[in-house]
Amino acid sequence: MKHRRRLGALGVAALAGTLMLAGCAKDVNGPGSGASSGGGSGTGQGCKLAAQPPAAPAAATSSQEQGKGVDGSKMRVGLAYDIGGRGDASFNDAAYRGLEEARAKLGVKDSREVSAQPNETEDQRQSRLRQLADDGFNPIITVGYSYAESLKAVAKQRPKTQFAIVDDDTIKLPNVHPLVFASEQGSFLIGVAAAYKSKNCHIGFVGGVRTPLIQAFEAGYLQGAKAAAPGIKIEDDYLKPAGDNSGFNDPSTASLKASGQLQKGADVIYHAAGASGKGVFDAVKQAGGGALGIGVDSDQYFQPTVANDKDIIMTSMVKKVDQAVFGYLAAFASNKLGGYPKRFDLSTGAVGYTRSGGKINDITGPLDAYKQQIIDGKIQVKDKP
Amino acid sequence: MNRILPAILAVIFAVLLCSVALLISGDDPVQAFTTMITQVGEGQTAVNVINTGAVYFIAGLAVAIGFKMNLFNIGIEGQYRFAVIVAAIYGGAVHLPPGIHTLTILLVAAVAGAVYALIPALLKAYRGVSEVISTIMLNSIVAGITGVLVKPDMFGVQSGNNLATAPIPPSGRVPGIPLGSAGTLFGLVFLAVLLGVGYWFTLGRTRFGFELQASGESATAAAAGGVNARRMVLIAMLLSGAVAGLIAMPELLGRDFSYGINAPQGYGFTGIAVALIGRNSPTGIAIGALLWSFLDKSAVSLDNIGVSREIVTIMQGVIVLSVVVAYEIFRRRELKTQQQRVGTEFLSGKTAGGEA
Repeated sequence: MKHRRRLGALGVAALAGTLMLAGCAKDVNGPGSGASSGGGSGTGQGCKLAAQPPAAPAAATSSQEQGKGVDGSKMRVGLAYDIGGRGDASFNDAAYRGLEEARAKLGVKDSREVSAQPNETEDQRQSRLRQLADDGFNPIITVGYSYAESLKAVAKQRPKTQFAIVDDDTIKLPNVHPLVFASEQGSFLIGVAAAYKSKNCHIGFVGGVRTPLIQAFEAGYLQGAKAAAPGIKIEDDYLKPAGDNSGFNDPSTASLKASGQLQKGADVIYHAAGASGKGVFDAVKQAGGGALGIGVDSDQYFQPTVANDKDIIMTSMVKKVDQAVFGYLAAFASNKLGGYPKRFDLSTGAVGYTRSGGKINDITGPLDAYKQQIIDGKIQVKDKP
Repeated sequence: MNRILPAILAVIFAVLLCSVALLISGDDPVQAFTTMITQVGEGQTAVNVINTGAVYFIAGLAVAIGFKMNLFNIGIEGQYRFAVIVAAIYGGAVHLPPGIHTLTILLVAAVAGAVYALIPALLKAYRGVSEVISTIMLNSIVAGITGVLVKPDMFGVQSGNNLATAPIPPSGRVPGIPLGSAGTLFGLVFLAVLLGVGYWFTLGRTRFGFELQASGESATAAAAGGVNARRMVLIAMLLSGAVAGLIAMPELLGRDFSYGINAPQGYGFTGIAVALIGRNSPTGIAIGALLWSFLDKSAVSLDNIGVSREIVTIMQGVIVLSVVVAYEIFRRRELKTQQQRVGTEFLSGKTAGGEA
């Protein structure tokens, strides 16, 4: 890993040099660059790319030695999923993987998983959490910001129980630990990657539901794409308005939206639409001509539900809920919750992009360079469009 | 007896059918049902059953008003969601003395519900458009309206990843009845009772109620009796919409104080089920609403014993279906015995007349 990264960094340095010679813009997909992924029907020659930031120093990877030698066998872990529960191939499943890891590495034996249902009322969510606490589960992890109001009420009533909540940081209570992700930072890199890979210099975004959480993905993506290629054209669609969560489980509408974007000329489409994403991938695959799709949350290249579309999945913006959940459990077991991070961004490695399938191996140099800029605070990524 | 028996049979049938489903999926039905029932005594479940039961009851009434007039107002869903966001925005924006603040919020909600029902009402009365079609379309439009209104640059306030209207200040809230660790009963549970009494009185004891039911049963006969059918359609639809507007008020003014993207949906559809179970009678709707609410709340406990809670959804569906079927069977049998009785009476009367 380390070796490869250093090579990449060298490559970036070299590329940066040629960029400076060539002026402030260069066509990466042009002849000689060898970056074309081939088979494109688009007429475009790719984007006029902006000068790329200086190469990233080959940073040491942060150690992932959390939880070694920690004994969690006495822990009784409660896990409250958001709507969809286990098997949603999205963040509920990711939280479950975190629990599984804790079982394997910390020896957690007793756990209970409960799940929210569509259209349930506030009191049902509260009852669920209260029951977990009263049955002695501690800590309790709630997955999703829809638990925020309920958790605020229950955590006050059960001060001896430790809670964690994914995707919300509004609760200021000593026994509530937020686990939020800088999705906009990961999405920025995805935007850069899309701009580098688009042959028509025309990309798309499909969001599931127009909520602030998803708009952070959109905002980062747009900012990243424009930073890499100021002249880029971007299609930007949502499936459903805020409040209508069916947008996260509506592949057919997603497929229509994506087809529309492809017809307008977009050839790289990023989705942040949960299970609807399958529709986006299907549409991209059907369009052919070298069009590519970008996954979200987990590495969708390996996801069984979209296995048929594997060959057009360029990369995925990963949001490692599993890593955060496992880390939280490990910190709880070793009594070090106080020092455990509450916000996970590029520097922690809990958000980022995947290289499975090898479609972006040729542009990891610039991606790492942008990543370093964000970590160093030289690029501020907005979480609102 | 003939009014309650079919419902009881339907529930027993649903329990049996769900037991079979539980057995097939390898769970213990006795354990599942005892867990659900004992759940009522635990924590705040009993109070929650009543609180949500009140909400379902209002929804059932709103649907039943339409049913009485032979109008299938599927649009309760859209009407209440339109009303609650308008009322939440209004309630969060104004500052009025306690009491007046609350009353005006309720008024705004009822008017907003009626306004949203006015569209299908006018289409039905003057253009003969089926209210089923128009209200379904309006239901889906309301999602867009809510989505726009709750945006931060409109009336929404963002907190973390949540979006909701500005909270209603204490002057507009309705205090509940605190019952200690058992929870807090919504103050507006009594609004539901009041609406139930009003429904019973208006439809059963007034001329307007008679005219409404008459034009529902036969528009031509009612017209011959001097009832303006068009006017009745408008009034029934608006009334139904106004009651629909109040559905979410117990929750809005008793617990949530704002309306946001996490708000539950579907009360309008629950209302249809509850009105069907209750056969449009206020007590029937009340029982149906409490039953439905009990099933919803005690389902939460099924997760604890590892039983899939979808079993409750199956049960709710089976109850509605079998209630409808059971009543139809009873109605036909009653009709048959009635016909036989009339027949024998007619024949005996004829012979008696012949002798005279």
